[in-house]
Amino acid sequence: MAHDASTHEHQSATKRIWTVFAILSIITIVEVILGIIKPASLVETSFIYMSLLNWIFIVLTIVKAYYITWAFMHMEHETKGLRRSVVWTVIFLISYLVFILLTEGDYIYEVYKNGYVSWNF
Amino acid sequence: MEATVVRTGTEGKTWGGGSKSPLKASYGKMMMWYFITSDALTFSAFLAAYGFSRYKFIDSWPIADEVFNHFPFMHGTDAPMYYVALMTFILIFSSVTMVLAVDAGHQMKKSKVTLYMFLTIIGGAIFLGSQAWEWKNFIKGEYGAVETNGGQIIQFVDAEGERVALEKVAKVLPGDRVEHERKNGLWYVTDDSSLPTYSIDEVKEGFKESNYLVRTQMLDENGAKTILSREESLAMINDNAARVVEGANLTRNEYGPPLFADFFFFITGFHGFHVFTGVLINIIIFFNVIIGTYEKRKSYEMVEKVGLYWHFVDLVWVFVFTFFYLV
Repeated sequence: MAHDASTHEHQSATKRIWTVFAILSIITIVEVILGIIKPASLVETSFIYMSLLNWIFIVLTIVKAYYITWAFMHMEHETKGLRRSVVWTVIFLISYLVFILLTEGDYIYEVYKNGYVSWNF
Repeated sequence: MEATVVRTGTEGKTWGGGSKSPLKASYGKMMMWYFITSDALTFSAFLAAYGFSRYKFIDSWPIADEVFNHFPFMHGTDAPMYYVALMTFILIFSSVTMVLAVDAGHQMKKSKVTLYMFLTIIGGAIFLGSQAWEWKNFIKGEYGAVETNGGQIIQFVDAEGERVALEKVAKVLPGDRVEHERKNGLWYVTDDSSLPTYSIDEVKEGFKESNYLVRTQMLDENGAKTILSREESLAMINDNAARVVEGANLTRNEYGPPLFADFFFFITGFHGFHVFTGVLINIIIFFNVIIGTYEKRKSYEMVEKVGLYWHFVDLVWVFVFTFFYLV
């Protein structure tokens, strides 16, 4: 299906492009509104070491990244092999890197907090 | 001798090799994808390092809404995030015109490709200008702050908790202020690039006569910065205030930990450099389209390849936007 889409797509992908633009715009507007009002209930609820609001921002960002890569960069028309070699590499390495660095950062914070950083100095 | 024919049982399978290219993409396009993969890892390393430093100072990191609250022609009003949201839209829109150019290229419509490439270049240029303006505001600063002996940043607020600029706090004292120069001072101390508007003594003196309060970087449970009582504020200024800080540079900034400004300059700077090279490459391709290079080649794949790069720049901005301005 996806492969003969290249002949298909010669007719017009414009409709798809504008739909994706609308989706990206709506997500951005939602992010900005949430960022400005910062609903107290979302800020106070903590979920896996982070406020729910931050999780919402991150999930929305990943949704945006998905649409940009799949629709704008035509990843949806590439072969499975190319898609996986790019997307999986990035996803696994980044998750690993982020996990390691944030854990370490949090550890250093604890060390500092227990008496190594003075505010009254 | 006869040639030995080895049958592996994989003939006709993609993974068995042979003449078919398994990824069904041209060399250039495939390599653009792998370049983007490696560049994505570079950017994620920067952003992860930013996250690391932020977790290190999780309870004293600057609040983005207070730092980035400028909007053109609306001086003095508090406009958090509107400007970056606008920048995000500009970049997303230039991505849309880029993908429209690629689409028109598939249909071999030269004039449409030309128009959309042109709009993409304009969008990129506007984005670069906006980023320069953002940098200018960040470097210039707004309120000014004081650095303590321990290198912490403290800021001034009035009784209502509204930020107060240094010019309201400081009292101008008589006497000359001399700019330190290596040639007639301590040779091992670098030159002052310029004296701050007020000396630390003027700030101390003015603060004593005012009823302003000191705000530290520490965040309370509601995520707001801690404001000291008047007595604590006086003690803090008298005992600990070391120097006046205005705006931001790589060494110190009035918003909080030096790392905050360092990462801001480095990450948005590196992204801005990508946008800049993206615009340059787009311009080259734009002229190639005009002179009909791709019409002769009967393929607009080159537009598609620079399109990939341009979308990647947009993709990175989506993440920078989230981690610098939202989270």
